[in-house]
Amino acid sequence: MNAVDVGSVSMIFGDGASRVEALVDVNLGVAQGSFVSLIGPSGCGKSTVLRLIANLLEPTRGEIRVQGKPARQSRLDQDYGMAFQHAGLFDWRTVTKNIELPLELKGWDRATRRERALEMLELVRLPEFAGHYPWQLSGGMQQRVAIARALAARPTLLLMDEPFGALDEMTREHMQAELLRICRETGTSVVFVTHSIPEAVYLSDHVVVMSPRPGRITATIEVDLGDRQGDDTREADEFYKKITEVREALRSDRGEHPTGVEDR
Amino acid sequence: MRRVTRVFVPVLFGAAFFGAWEALVRGLDLKPYFLVAPSTIAEQFGSSWSLVWRSMKVSGGNALAGLLIGTGLGIAVSLVTSRFRLLHELVTPLAVALNAIPIFVLVSVFNNMFAITSEVPRRLMVTLVVYFVVLVNVTRGLVQVDRLHMELMRSYAASDWQVLRRVRIPNAVPYLFTALKIAAPVAVITAFVSEYFGGSQNGLGSAIARSIAASRNDQAWAYVAGACLLGLTFYLISTLLETVATPGGAGKRPAGRS
Repeated sequence: MNAVDVGSVSMIFGDGASRVEALVDVNLGVAQGSFVSLIGPSGCGKSTVLRLIANLLEPTRGEIRVQGKPARQSRLDQDYGMAFQHAGLFDWRTVTKNIELPLELKGWDRATRRERALEMLELVRLPEFAGHYPWQLSGGMQQRVAIARALAARPTLLLMDEPFGALDEMTREHMQAELLRICRETGTSVVFVTHSIPEAVYLSDHVVVMSPRPGRITATIEVDLGDRQGDDTREADEFYKKITEVREALRSDRGEHPTGVEDR
Repeated sequence: MRRVTRVFVPVLFGAAFFGAWEALVRGLDLKPYFLVAPSTIAEQFGSSWSLVWRSMKVSGGNALAGLLIGTGLGIAVSLVTSRFRLLHELVTPLAVALNAIPIFVLVSVFNNMFAITSEVPRRLMVTLVVYFVVLVNVTRGLVQVDRLHMELMRSYAASDWQVLRRVRIPNAVPYLFTALKIAAPVAVITAFVSEYFGGSQNGLGSAIARSIAASRNDQAWAYVAGACLLGLTFYLISTLLETVATPGGAGKRPAGRS
């Protein structure tokens, strides 16, 4: 059973003059425990794919199954955790209380909730900020709290929409390594939206390249960088080879250098 | 340094204002029917304190009763209307339209409905004014929720009740206090002005009118001072409540998403 199965999905927003074909015939399978990145220029529908998997949107055509269940059932069962580009923390809750929210809604008791939240704060290296309010933290710290919140309930699937986009380079690389470690340890499957080629290559087992107007998948590139421990991975020949491969896949589709995609 | 500027500059300005007022009255030898000196007002305020206090209790009591009932009613109705979209769309324009008319005239209508000695018409008047301010603001706080927060709650499969309790209500709290800071002084003003439309003559508004009619300008000013005191007290209490009820302290929580 795949963690995610997207079968012949099309998505149309609006109608008449404002009709937009956001996605056309998208097929995507995410194996259990694998890491899949969606990459493409702005407007290619990569975030839409993520929202469809999360059942925040219903597809116009096609079927989406998550952990073998219809996407809606999977949302109701809270099979996945989600993190967005903006942290989306609740201002009136402390950092710890923010991380506890999904657990609260799942009906966990207070002590277990607190314990898990503190554990998560250790993981994102913010233990000393447990009692702070979100607006007392920098943007990068807020984002780490949001990621801790997404992971708190130990979901079997993580859906992430450019979660590291607002972080500085150092924090970003650290968070990427941490995310990989967590996923490897827990066997969590990830669907990750990004517009950074190196990020996609570093993190993924499969990089799914998309193109806009209408949004569709144009290539899927398999990456095998071994266990990616230590910083050597980012300097390996294989890493650069795959970056070139993804870049060419993005370029060949447009016949030009892709816009809205970072090379760093 | 900042603390010094924050406290002493306004105090200094206030002292300079009253000093200039005093100097103006004395220097130009202004007659009491034109303008009364602050020192005379203070003296009068002291000597007729018991009278002023008695009137303050009546007007203040009316303002407080109206403020409490109006706030409660405003919160209750906004909770109901924000829950039902159609109702919200029906009630909000009506509330805004009603709020735009000079609503004070209604007090004469209320006066006809109740006994002449009743405080109910004035309290009703205050209730009405407060109710609209609270309704409009709190509804906005309940409805204008960050889209990202709603998506998150949806991803947690949260029920409407959970969304209300964990997102909408906390989101509306700052809006409620904004409403209260507007409504509290307005409640006091409404309580005074309502007294000009008849009914029993025991409040600050009627006392001011009576003093002026008796050419006792100094006494009228003493009542005005009492009125200022009452309005300030109401405002300060609402600000204090905000500080107590806002996590991390009032004014520190910035608007918008984080």
